[in-house]
Amino acid sequence: MSVYLAVARHSFRRHSAYLAACLAGGITNTVFGVVRAYVLIALWRSRQPAPRIGGYDLTDAVTFCFVSQALIVAVAVFGPPLELSERIRTGDVAVDLHRPADLQWWWLADDLGRASFQAFARSVPVFCLGGLAFTLRLAGSPVVWLATAVSVLLAVTVSFALRYLITLSTFWLLDDRGVQGVSIVLSGFFSGLAVPLVLFPGWLGTLARTLPWAATVQVPADVFLGRYPGWHLTSALGFQLGWAVLLLTAGRGVTALARRRVVVQGG
Amino acid sequence: MPLIELSGVDKTFTVRRRTGRLRRARQVVRAVGDLSFTVDAGELVAYIGPNGAGKSTTVKMLTGILVPSAGRVRVDGLDPARQRRELAGRVGVVFGQRTTLWWDLPLRDSFDLLRRLYRITPSRYRANLDRYVDLLELGPLLATPVRQLSLGQRMRGDLTAALLHDPVILYLDEPTIGLDVTSKAAVRAFLAEMNRDRGTTILLTTHDLDDVERLCRRVMVIDNGRLGFDGDLTALRAHAAAERTLVVDLLAPAPPIELPGARVVRVDGPRQWLSFPAETRAAPLVAAVMERYPVADIALREPDIADVVARLYAESSRRA
Amino acid sequence: MAEPAELAGPEDPAVLVGGTGATRDVDRTGPVQTAGARPPGAVRTYLMLVRMWTRASWQYPTSLLLLTATQLLATTMDFATILIVFAHTRSLAGFPLAGVMFLYGTSATAFGLADLAIGNVDRLGRHIRLGTFDVMLVRPASALAQLAAEEFSPRRVGKLATALPVLAVALTLMPVRWDAGRVLAVPVMVGAATLIYAALWIIFSTTQFVAGDSPELLNTVVAGGSFLTQYPLAIYGREVVRGLTWVVPLAFVNWQPALYVLGRPDPFGLPAALRFASPGVALVLTALAALAWRAGIRHYRSTGS
Repeated sequence: MSVYLAVARHSFRRHSAYLAACLAGGITNTVFGVVRAYVLIALWRSRQPAPRIGGYDLTDAVTFCFVSQALIVAVAVFGPPLELSERIRTGDVAVDLHRPADLQWWWLADDLGRASFQAFARSVPVFCLGGLAFTLRLAGSPVVWLATAVSVLLAVTVSFALRYLITLSTFWLLDDRGVQGVSIVLSGFFSGLAVPLVLFPGWLGTLARTLPWAATVQVPADVFLGRYPGWHLTSALGFQLGWAVLLLTAGRGVTALARRRVVVQGG
Repeated sequence: MPLIELSGVDKTFTVRRRTGRLRRARQVVRAVGDLSFTVDAGELVAYIGPNGAGKSTTVKMLTGILVPSAGRVRVDGLDPARQRRELAGRVGVVFGQRTTLWWDLPLRDSFDLLRRLYRITPSRYRANLDRYVDLLELGPLLATPVRQLSLGQRMRGDLTAALLHDPVILYLDEPTIGLDVTSKAAVRAFLAEMNRDRGTTILLTTHDLDDVERLCRRVMVIDNGRLGFDGDLTALRAHAAAERTLVVDLLAPAPPIELPGARVVRVDGPRQWLSFPAETRAAPLVAAVMERYPVADIALREPDIADVVARLYAESSRRA
Repeated sequence: MAEPAELAGPEDPAVLVGGTGATRDVDRTGPVQTAGARPPGAVRTYLMLVRMWTRASWQYPTSLLLLTATQLLATTMDFATILIVFAHTRSLAGFPLAGVMFLYGTSATAFGLADLAIGNVDRLGRHIRLGTFDVMLVRPASALAQLAAEEFSPRRVGKLATALPVLAVALTLMPVRWDAGRVLAVPVMVGAATLIYAALWIIFSTTQFVAGDSPELLNTVVAGGSFLTQYPLAIYGREVVRGLTWVVPLAFVNWQPALYVLGRPDPFGLPAALRFASPGVALVLTALAALAWRAGIRHYRSTGS
């Protein structure tokens, strides 16, 4: 257990060396957030009286913009792919597979270390900058704040599990750029970063809200917005947990397959 | 008229160094100071110096990548700073640590691109390509992307690329770095042949002193931006106050030989090593030893050029 | 899939003769350029490099197809966003779906064209850092042309594959009284917009001569700019639009010309002449880009890296 804590801590420290770049990138996130916010404002204002669309009022929508933009980097919605990908390509992963530590837990710890740093160095500043430009809704009570933190943790885990599975494809595909590319596009769209999933109409909306990407951004944002009062919270966190368990288990299965392949091929 | 002419060339950089968290101090670094030399057509010159001495800066000014802060540079009658592109067509460059070829393209494609860029006539291109492919054994590699080539193979590709357009001057920046012994020998032989048969002027910067010893007739040593030495190898050895060594095998172990003008630096059983200044003639010393001591065998060793150069660097950094 | 062994161009008589160059030219003195031949111009350099890169990328057709498909997918998602927004309303800042499709189509097409042509110029910082920019300077050809053509990938066409159909559909659905002026305005505005994007891309890339490898600012302005011009600028408020008209002239990418084509009044009351200003703006920006590049190279050559 202490190994994984050490990995996480080390990862945190490693990423903290890039504080300046992290903050600078936050400006890009904020600018895009501003553009998205204006689009949603225009949408809400195009109907009189001010509507509730998908259960959101205007403040909800704008807040959602900035919460989702803030989470982009922490949850790695647009990547980057795990460093594991490069290690598989070069063959260094053979060393990793021989270590007593579990491959998946190792990289999960590494990812959580990274995410913790970026949650402070990027997510918080981006949200605050958004708050300077627009009126945002803050979480109602300490319970909601706590629930949001848990939800973000689960979101990172789901995101990790997805990226892990895609990274493992390198064992078979050698060049995973295509798969990564498709995954990033789908991730961006189905996580609610283009438009909040609550706006997706009909069957598309139902589909989107069931896919794992919904667990990465939409759910934590909705938790923050207080859309899951009382016991409804469990359904939200449960949804995330369910996907996390499912994808992590799949990851373990694929790792075993990969391990066998490495042995057969001689590394 | 010399092919390369530098006179009074200065190159200074203003570097901002971090002194503390936020502050930056400005520092003026003189990479090259009052540098002057000429190179005639057909020469094969080594340009050596410790790291940071100004070697790459000089080559960059000769190719027009950098503009000098002061002084005059003329290559083949052109000013590299102002007539960079025109000069580029007459000059070939080989960088040891990065390639001039296109990384993802097959060798043949890179060469073909160069043919078009340098406006090489088809017949000349054919002739040159065949010649270099033959000389450097590139035949089986032509369809391979450059990124899949080994270092030695890539170097041969780079050499071809630099010579396809029959440049009058070839600059090589550490061309043998990282190569194995056979490849190094092959590259040196190739360069010697280019210089001899084609009359290509060659300026070679290197850290490998074997390159200097086996290939170049003339050596320029630059240190701290100034030319410390310019001459041939014999002069270089003399200049650095190098010492030659007499290795004497006595019939039986004996106490250290006493010989005026020489000193014993090492004794190992019957063998003794005596050092004496390089300018001193060896013959009288040999005669003296043979006369006074029972000698089984005797050998004369020239100073190791690495020693010579190290001495030179140490001396000039003492002066600086 | 493999390259043909003989790669000689059609102008190579030695190959037509057969064998390996029967004439061995023994002229040793001097370089080989035919008398008076100057190094190739920038455009020619660019085209020959692009052709070679395109040929090289065909060696890996699956990768190319997959990447093109990804581009296509990304642009489709972009457009799906607009459709989803219009599932809940009939107009955005007074613009109907066809109007927004028109804005999206023109912006995305222009951005796609600019990206296809010179997308890799932002790698300048990386080239400087790795030393490959010096390699470009040592060749007798325009460094900018080489930089722009480097690693050219036809997959960028993917962006256009969605943008053009959307534009086409928008043109048919738009409630416009088409006359000669308006019909001409469409290709002109797309052309000018392409130049504007390209010029801005170059200008911001040249900051890497001074600031080092830092594509962040670049990303924000150009990608952000392309994103925000997909929607009517009216939604951004007076101050922002003023900035986009007078500071970073993105308003001329499609907004101003669109006001003319759609025959709409300017919601901020800006002078009507601005609607025809985009070609002029494009030319001014191109000139600025050329100046910025020259200044950047001059700086690089006097201070090194």
